[in-house]
Amino acid sequence: MKEPIITFTDFSFQYFEQSEPTLHHIDLTIRRGEKILIAGPSGSGKSTLGNCINGLIPFAHKGKITGSLNVDGIETKKSSLFELSMKVGTVLQDSDGQFIGLSVGEDIAFALENDLVPQKEMKERVKRISAIVGMSDQIGQNPHNLSGGQKQRVSLAGVMVDDVDILLFDEPLANLDPKTGKVAIELIDDIAKEDKTVIIIEHRLEDVLHRPVDRIILMNDGKIVADGTPDEVLASGILRDYGIREPLYLTAARYAGSEITADLHPASLETFDVSGIRHDLQKWYDDHYNRVPQPQKKEMLKIEDISFSYSGVKPTLNHISAVIHEGEMVSIVGKNGAGKTTLSSVICGFIKPDDGKITMYGEDLSPYSISERAEYVGIVMQNPNQMISKTMIYDEVALGLTIRNLPEEEVRQKVYDVLKICGLYEFRSWPISALSFGQKKRVTIASILVLNPKVLILDEPTAGQDYHHYSEIMEFLKKLNENGQTIILITHDMHLMLEYTERAIVISDAEKLADQKAFEVLCDPVLTEKANLKETSLFELAQKAGIEDPLGFVECFIHYDREVRAHEN
Amino acid sequence: MKIRTFSYDQLDTFVHRLSGLSKLVCFLLLTTAIMLTYDIRIILAIMVLSYIMMMISKIRYSQIKVMLIYVFAFLAFNFILTYVFAPEYGVKIYGTRHQLFSFGGPYTVTLEQLFYQVTKFSKYLSVIPLGIIFILTTNPSEFASALNGVGISYKICTSLSLTLRYFPDVADDYNSISLAQQARGLEMSKKAKMMDRLKRIAGILIPLIMTTMDRIDIISNAMDLRGFGKHKKRTWYAKKPLKRNDYISMAVCLAVLIISLYIRFAVNHSIYYNPFQ
Repeated sequence: MKEPIITFTDFSFQYFEQSEPTLHHIDLTIRRGEKILIAGPSGSGKSTLGNCINGLIPFAHKGKITGSLNVDGIETKKSSLFELSMKVGTVLQDSDGQFIGLSVGEDIAFALENDLVPQKEMKERVKRISAIVGMSDQIGQNPHNLSGGQKQRVSLAGVMVDDVDILLFDEPLANLDPKTGKVAIELIDDIAKEDKTVIIIEHRLEDVLHRPVDRIILMNDGKIVADGTPDEVLASGILRDYGIREPLYLTAARYAGSEITADLHPASLETFDVSGIRHDLQKWYDDHYNRVPQPQKKEMLKIEDISFSYSGVKPTLNHISAVIHEGEMVSIVGKNGAGKTTLSSVICGFIKPDDGKITMYGEDLSPYSISERAEYVGIVMQNPNQMISKTMIYDEVALGLTIRNLPEEEVRQKVYDVLKICGLYEFRSWPISALSFGQKKRVTIASILVLNPKVLILDEPTAGQDYHHYSEIMEFLKKLNENGQTIILITHDMHLMLEYTERAIVISDAEKLADQKAFEVLCDPVLTEKANLKETSLFELAQKAGIEDPLGFVECFIHYDREVRAHEN
Repeated sequence: MKIRTFSYDQLDTFVHRLSGLSKLVCFLLLTTAIMLTYDIRIILAIMVLSYIMMMISKIRYSQIKVMLIYVFAFLAFNFILTYVFAPEYGVKIYGTRHQLFSFGGPYTVTLEQLFYQVTKFSKYLSVIPLGIIFILTTNPSEFASALNGVGISYKICTSLSLTLRYFPDVADDYNSISLAQQARGLEMSKKAKMMDRLKRIAGILIPLIMTTMDRIDIISNAMDLRGFGKHKKRTWYAKKPLKRNDYISMAVCLAVLIISLYIRFAVNHSIYYNPFQ
């Protein structure tokens, strides 16, 4: 066994502005060269733990430390942020926001500039590091113009240039689509092989386990609740108890009543031994499979042959047509930059299409201004901070009505009704700043719903949320949908499209690639590849277990799973 | 769609190739020359020079349109106020009086006043293109290294360059927030009254400040983690070494300043040039 590189001994931490400690009596040893996954729900203290290792705590975020934390021979509280930055390289979750340089080369060089490295040597080191991460040809480019995966490479190079031994990734998958995320995990794995100690903080467990890790450390309420090999942790079933989503193939196996032990190597589908549970899966499938015919619904919003181009040369949308039916919940999926956000902008009237039109119940929407369209289409943006303009919840939700000069009594009645639907009624006189992210999200949804739009569009409603908050937001939307609200979700979250939407419209490189059942999309290797998605592991499980109709198995799982969730909530 | 006014454009022209340091020095030398003189001959000469430079650096009208509108509005306002408050100032300076016509009362229009105001107006008009050239042709990071090169603390330089850099991003945020507000029914198109539109634009500020604070928080963490502020000095990846053209440009600008000072002290014996005597 190699020597310890990070050692927490009875370590506690409390932010000065908080009344309770965030970390309680942590004892943890990480050895040189290990690859560790730290998982846990939001607020479990996993990011705080990471910030203790890289020195942001206590040097940038102040608080009280008791006990000891030793990083590569240094007692952190007696050290400095600068000394620790020579040992620990941190890649933050929002790669867009952390670029400092105007060109890739300059961004990679930032740490060297601060360390007084002469320009000539700096250029050489930047060249060498960018070759390691495969970005040699992009040194002169602006990092903002790169693809999501390339941005990750640049941020990684920016911390590796210091020749650090420990690499810390804080939610590296948060803003990446499934395929880019997969590539990022492969890149991290390749780097880990260069004798680096790698710590990944992430709640998207199945995606991280695409490549093996040595240990999973599970945190909850500022304590470590599990610390073991991935096989042990996954077999124990403890993840669900703490609100972490376990890999879908395991959930399926549990539904089928199979007992899962560490000996079956459940850490990844590749190693998972299904020979013993094949029979359970087949039997469960036979017992539960029945195809429910979908009732035909009335056509509502029609996207008719829409084309649009920003530059006038390359189309962003190329003759897209689609129909949204009354009372549907549909997802629009596709990789970043494929045109899905542009399509929603066209529907809302933010931009005028070069060709084609949007109609609602046959009425052409093009003569209406953006604000006049609010009665037909409402849009909820990804970041609630981009929408909230008042300090009190009531005022924020009432805003759209008061500017329409409705009588005060009517406004109050409508706002109260919407607040009740959104479960915010008891908070109506609260300031918005006192709310959690999920609650803020609901305030923004309420502020749109109050205008009673016929179609509600949400852009990445659950981006960056853990399983608990994801379920909270999505179950709420599902309830709205069951009450008759038509909803369009723009997303690259595969779980979301699989679990909550019947139909998915796939857009890739300005074209509509598919318009079919969501689970069918995720079982089609060609489609998933083109749309930067991943095949669902359920499909692979069914294939591996030799089930005759793997597609039917996935469908069966989804229906069963929805019922289970409905009971849980 | 996107507001990209006021942002650095990466081109390969004579002006772009100059180091940020020499552009800063030239800018300061020429501005000083203009500030220290009321001789319209010198001012016009510098104006011609700066417009030629603008052509060379391929600055497009669309990039600076919005800015020019504000500048002209300001200058027109300034022109009128100067006259209203001191209609006889030209007469006082030049010591002669050539009246053209009168608005009644003390408000007469003299050739001297007109000449004085035109001179002042051209002073502004020759400084502004210099500023535009400097901002639009200098890479913010290189600008920071240039400022640091003349002795200003690198922390100030870096925050200045980050501000310049993030300006387009904040403008994009403004745009999307504005669209989100409109989608809630706040009319901002021409269908709304001017006053209402202004009020609603003010309503965008809160979300804009919130998102900008988020940005600042992330970037300052990222900078801390990569050792920003470790030493009293730092080196610059984007710094350009001074080349022959840099020295020539600075020499030319220095010469302009010296000539203007020579004319002031040895020829005009005054800050003003007086064609009336």
